[in-house]
Amino acid sequence: MATTTTLFDLKKLKHARTARFGDPEPMDTEPWVPAFTIDGMSFFYDDFQALHDLTLTLPTKRVTGLIGPSGCGKSTFLRTLNRMYETVPKAYMTGTVRFGEVSISDFSPTILRRRVGMVFQKPSPFPKSIFDNIAYGLRVNNLCRKRDLEDKVVECLQRAVLWEEVKDKLHEPAFSLSGGQQQRLCIARALAVDPDVLLLDEPCSALDPIATAKIEDLIFDLRRSCTIIIVTHNMLQAARISDYVGFFLQGELIEFDAAKKMFQFPSNKLTEDYITGRFG
Amino acid sequence: MSKPYPPTYKKVINVVMLTLTGIAALLVVSVLLFILGYLVWNGARSLNLNFFTKLPVPVGEKGGGMANAILGTVKLLTLASAIGVPIGLLGGIYLAEFGKGPFSFAVRYTTDLLNGVPSIVIGIFVYSLIVLPKLHPSLLARLFPSYFGHFSTFAGGVALGIMMIPIALRSTDDFLRAVPNTLREGGLALGASKAQTIVTVIIPAAMHGIVTGIMLDVARVAGETAPLLFTAFGNVFWSHGWNGPTASLPVVIFNYAISPYTDWHRQAWAAGFVLLSGIFLTNIVARLLVSGKGSRSRSYRLRIPMAALDLFSGKRSRVRS
Amino acid sequence: MMGVKDAGEKLSLMARLKKGDEVAYLITFASALSIILVTCLLVEHLWVDSALSRQAFGWKFLATSTWDPVTDVYGALPFIYGTVLTAFLALVWGVPVGIGAAIFLAELAPRRVSNVLTFMIELLAAVPSVIYGLLGIFVMLPILTKYVVPVIQKLFGFLPIFKGEFYGVSYFSASCVLAIMIVPFIVSISREVLLAVPQAQREAMMALGATKWDVTWKSVVPYAQRGMIGSVFLALARALGETMAVTMVIGNVPQIRASLFAPGYTIAAVIANEFTEASGNLYISALIELALVLFAVTMIINALARLLMLGMKSQEGGH
Repeated sequence: MATTTTLFDLKKLKHARTARFGDPEPMDTEPWVPAFTIDGMSFFYDDFQALHDLTLTLPTKRVTGLIGPSGCGKSTFLRTLNRMYETVPKAYMTGTVRFGEVSISDFSPTILRRRVGMVFQKPSPFPKSIFDNIAYGLRVNNLCRKRDLEDKVVECLQRAVLWEEVKDKLHEPAFSLSGGQQQRLCIARALAVDPDVLLLDEPCSALDPIATAKIEDLIFDLRRSCTIIIVTHNMLQAARISDYVGFFLQGELIEFDAAKKMFQFPSNKLTEDYITGRFG
Repeated sequence: MSKPYPPTYKKVINVVMLTLTGIAALLVVSVLLFILGYLVWNGARSLNLNFFTKLPVPVGEKGGGMANAILGTVKLLTLASAIGVPIGLLGGIYLAEFGKGPFSFAVRYTTDLLNGVPSIVIGIFVYSLIVLPKLHPSLLARLFPSYFGHFSTFAGGVALGIMMIPIALRSTDDFLRAVPNTLREGGLALGASKAQTIVTVIIPAAMHGIVTGIMLDVARVAGETAPLLFTAFGNVFWSHGWNGPTASLPVVIFNYAISPYTDWHRQAWAAGFVLLSGIFLTNIVARLLVSGKGSRSRSYRLRIPMAALDLFSGKRSRVRS
Repeated sequence: MMGVKDAGEKLSLMARLKKGDEVAYLITFASALSIILVTCLLVEHLWVDSALSRQAFGWKFLATSTWDPVTDVYGALPFIYGTVLTAFLALVWGVPVGIGAAIFLAELAPRRVSNVLTFMIELLAAVPSVIYGLLGIFVMLPILTKYVVPVIQKLFGFLPIFKGEFYGVSYFSASCVLAIMIVPFIVSISREVLLAVPQAQREAMMALGATKWDVTWKSVVPYAQRGMIGSVFLALARALGETMAVTMVIGNVPQIRASLFAPGYTIAAVIANEFTEASGNLYISALIELALVLFAVTMIINALARLLMLGMKSQEGGH
């Protein structure tokens, strides 16, 4: 894969799935296994209801995109999946969310978060070295032996397609990397603990188009080994990389369907309005 | 047609007032330089090896020193840090990471209150608590009777330790809160518990600020005299252990300065020089530590909150004696 | 079933990790609580130990001016007078100099010069009281005796506040030392407050053709005045509680005299001087009552100062 990508090389990107509607595409043959089953879930910040009665299932080993205008609750929804909302006081959830067969409230939060990783909007590596950033999750969860640590870190960096760029400076501070590299570092850091699911909260919104393209490539590479749920305000990005898409509006799920179908033949008028740019 | 420029009298006032302010600033700075200069001149002249190694000798004899006072100050500061730093640090962690609501407000208010208490009042408090022999001793006094009921290094250390708590707490609180929330979320999202995140990510990120705060805290408390007057009291001999009265640099300076003997005055200058050098050095190192960091990130670039800045300019300082 | 691993390892690991969190919470909470406990203990001890004196003298304690250990009659008035007078005078000398210097550093001096000078002034704040006292005795008193006081007495000797023999130690000397001690605080807080004034305030006036001084005095300073007044209050609280430097230059005589050049006493100074030699429960109790009075006064003034500063911060936020 090219180490530098110009805007005009977008076509060379491996996934090269620009929204060319009408292209024949092989049917999705892999069986659908739910990663998350959400049933009647509502979410409240104190008195304010942010999410209204959501019911959907999120498939494993796919990329699910969540789209919608600002403030529609997609980030809030993402944070309920790994119970990150618990850091906010007076926030609570009703209804059930199951990770696999088990309700997420039956998990210890730390175990849940290990298996459902998250990458945030603003790249925020720890003020440590690159190596220590990746190794953090491993060390804190006691996931591998000391002598395997280095191998594991290398493996994660390779998986995040960052290895080539940082292999000479593993022990330099993470801040010495560019924004896009820092975000890939955060993804690598999340991958280190071997999550089943990776939640991405607008990971490219703070990045330039080239860095964005690299991360989209990365998501494409990862999707068969890891379930990915990505929140994005960029509809075209969702169209490029998602297998399934959910459209949120003002705390409600308007539509959830395969990406191809949603973008070409949306069932709901609101979805169509949003996609065609009537609002948003 | 009105003149576009300010009238002459205003221009005159302008120059006069601005010059006056410049004079004021110069005055203040020259006081500092004068203090330093005088102390260095008088104090360094009087320093000799005896000062650091010998005990005080009776008036009239030569060759006395302040070795016991130096050791006393070291012991007192060690004990004070052992008391003040953990409580301040842990309390600060509570306020920054766990606390919300009325209890936190109460803690912050009380800390500010304690900070504003004149140090002599703290001395009286510790005297009443530890030094005064009581008819009905407290539980602690019954468990450790040798430390209670008389002047002691222990009492002095407790007094200084109590004075250290507010600043250590405030500094920890401010610097921890300056660490961005994204780091906390990042740690939690990787499966670390809250405590683990605090210990392995947040505190290291705020570390240089916290250390600086503690250094300044110790430097401030090192010069305190009044609380020691009724707790550690003083001693012309070595003080062994922790439960006897001990000499300390500030108290010795005080006693020697008000005495009628010139040799003691000379020694007071020397001691003042030593004490002030230590305090100034600590201050300068600490402030350089904080201002220098952040451009090239070995550690996180922290926007030092205004409240924390108060620390370094002494606004949160104790009412010293 | 494919995809999601079983949700095993729930409770034992959960318990262990949770333990980390609970323990951390408890320890830190206990530390925070201990501060409140210590402060309560402090107030309690002061209150209880001064009970003897409070019962013996009641409120008259604050108004009587006898202080006689021999007959066991104690009144706080000389000390209150001395404390208030020296602090007030310290403000009179210190505030103009402090605010003037702050204005210079914030508005006039180029940034780097300002930073260096401020650093040095803030170092002054770190000088211990006893060293100020040392310099007070051996440097300031001779200067005052030889140069300053004779001039004042020649010019204004007819005024009652400047009458009388000057022996060096006096209210006046103490207030001079105190002034030097509080100036760094006034300077650094005021400077910060002035720097925080938005540039727009200055520009608005400058565009009207005002002189630099006009801009500063009529626009910037009023905006920052709450913070500056707060700094004065904080300085006042400090001055009231200062012990060592004051006791070394004030003369330690419990009397109320009109002349500034007479020796005097402050609350903190009398406690420092007489406490260790005090015998008799009433004597000690009276001294502790003085400590209680000092505590109360500084607490009130500090609270006022912080209220003012809080008001300042919200005013900033509002803009």
